[in-house]
Amino acid sequence: MCGIVGLFLKKDELRPRLGDMLTDMLITMTDRGPDSAGIAIYGDAADGLKFTVQSDDPAAFDGLAEALETTLGVSIPVTLKDTHAVLLVPTEKEAAAIEALEARDLRIMGIGEAMEIFKEVGLPKDVAERFGLREMGGSHGIGHTRMATESAVTTLGAHPFSTAEDQCLVHNGSLSNHNDMRRRLAKKGVFTKTENDTEVGAAYISSRIAEGATLGEALEGTLKDLDGFFTFVTGTKTGFGVVRDPIACKPAVMAETDDYVAFASEYRAFADLPGIDTARVWEPEPATVYFWER
Amino acid sequence: MPTLDMSQVELREVNQTLQGAAGTQIAEPYEIINPRGSHAVACGLNGPLTVTVKGSTGYYCAGMNKDATVHVEGSAGPGVAENMMSGTVVIDGDASQYAGATGHGGLLVIKGNASSRCGISMKGIDIVVHGNIGHMSAFMAQKGNLVVLGDAGEALGDSLYEARLFVRGSVKSLGADCIEKEMRPEHLKVLANLLEKAGADAKPEEFKRYGSARKLYNFNIDHADEY
Repeated sequence: MCGIVGLFLKKDELRPRLGDMLTDMLITMTDRGPDSAGIAIYGDAADGLKFTVQSDDPAAFDGLAEALETTLGVSIPVTLKDTHAVLLVPTEKEAAAIEALEARDLRIMGIGEAMEIFKEVGLPKDVAERFGLREMGGSHGIGHTRMATESAVTTLGAHPFSTAEDQCLVHNGSLSNHNDMRRRLAKKGVFTKTENDTEVGAAYISSRIAEGATLGEALEGTLKDLDGFFTFVTGTKTGFGVVRDPIACKPAVMAETDDYVAFASEYRAFADLPGIDTARVWEPEPATVYFWER
Repeated sequence: MPTLDMSQVELREVNQTLQGAAGTQIAEPYEIINPRGSHAVACGLNGPLTVTVKGSTGYYCAGMNKDATVHVEGSAGPGVAENMMSGTVVIDGDASQYAGATGHGGLLVIKGNASSRCGISMKGIDIVVHGNIGHMSAFMAQKGNLVVLGDAGEALGDSLYEARLFVRGSVKSLGADCIEKEMRPEHLKVLANLLEKAGADAKPEEFKRYGSARKLYNFNIDHADEY
C-alpha cells in the first residue's frame, strides 16, 4: 500500500503551520503504511547548503561540529534532531563536506538550500514526534508512510528519496523495470545508494532535470521510461509535482484553495485542512502531469 | 431524525446501528455527520432505510447495499456501492475508482464524475453518471445499464458481456469487443426511465448505445496466434 501526503502553500501566512498540517495528514495515513515514515520540508533558503545526515547511533554526532571545522576550515552549525542532524555548509565546501561525512559513516539523507529530510522506521506519529515535525515551518513539503513491498524496512528504504539538491520523491506503487533503469542510469554516471525501486525513480527524474528538462518534462518522461505502478509526488526548491501511471490503480486525491494545493492518497488526510469544505477536490487523471511552481 | 456523529461514534457502532434500524419495518431516516472520508460508511444495509451522509466518504461506502437508500452529500472514495444488490445510492459529488463494481441490482447515481473502472464487472446494477467516467469502465460488465451524460475514457466496455452502455458525450476509445449499436425504441424507453429516476436533465435521443460484439464469447481458432 503506502500513503502519500503533500502540501504546497500559496500564501506566506500559513508557512509557520506547514509542519503541523503535514503531520496531521501523515498520521492519518498510518493505516496505509505503518512500517516507516518520512517527510521532506522546504523551509527558508539558507545562505549555503543544508545537509540532513543520519546515524542509527546518535553518539556519532558527538564532536561532529568540531571535526568538520578542523577539516573544512570553517565553523559548521549543527542542529541535532534525534537520529538526524542538519548541518549548514558553505556551498563551496560541499564536496569536502560529503567526503568528511562519509568518512565518519554518516548517511546523507538530502542536501539543499531549502530542503531538509527526516525519515525513520516506526509509526508515523512516533517518527513525527521524534523529529518535532509539527514545529517545522516552510513553503511546501511532502510525506510518506510506507508499507514495504519491494525492499527491506530500513531507514534508508524509507521515503522520501533525494537524488539531487533540493529534489525529492515519494512513491506509492512498485516499479518493475528498476533494475534495468538503475543500470542505464549508472552508465550515465548516476548512482543510487540502495536496492529500492523508488530511489531509481527519483534518480531518473534528477538525471532528466540535470540534462536540462523542466520538472514537468521529467515527470512526463516517467510515463514513457518507467514501467510499473506509480503515483509519484515530487518536490523541488520551488515546486511540487504529481504524476500517476496510465493504469492509475494507486489512489490519489487533490484539493486546492486560494491558500494551498494538497495531495493525499485518501481524502481522509484532508479532513483537518482549513477551508477543505469549500476547496476544489478532484482525482488527478492518469498519465497526466500536474505541477505548481512559485 | 436520529443523527450519528462520526467524530464521536466509532464506525463499527455506526454501521451496527444502521444495520439494526434497516432490519425493522418502519425506521426513521438517519443522518451521519462528520464522515471525514471514513471507509465503509453505511455498508451492508439490509432493509428499506434512508441514510444521508453529510460530507465525503472513503473506500467502500454503501457496499453490499440491499433495499436501503444512501445519499452522500459529498464525494465518495474507491468502490462506492460495490456489489450492491438493490436500493439506491446517490453521490452528490465525484466517485473514485470502480464505483458500482460487481453490482447485482439497484440504482447508483453519481452527480459529478466517476473515475476509472466505473461499473467494472457489473451484474445487473443501473449506474447513471451525470459527469464523465474514466478509463476501463464497464470492463467485463455482464448485465445492467451504465448511463453517462458526459464523456467516457479509454477502453470503454472492454470484454463486455450483456450490459448496455449509453454515452451522451465522446468516447476516447472502445475496448476489445465493444461496439456502437443501434438505438431501438426499447432502449430509448429504458434510458428515459433511468434518466428520470436519476434526476438527469438529458434527452434519450442525445445518447449513443454501446454493447458487446459477442466475438469473445467463444475461442476462435483463427486467433490462436494472438494468445
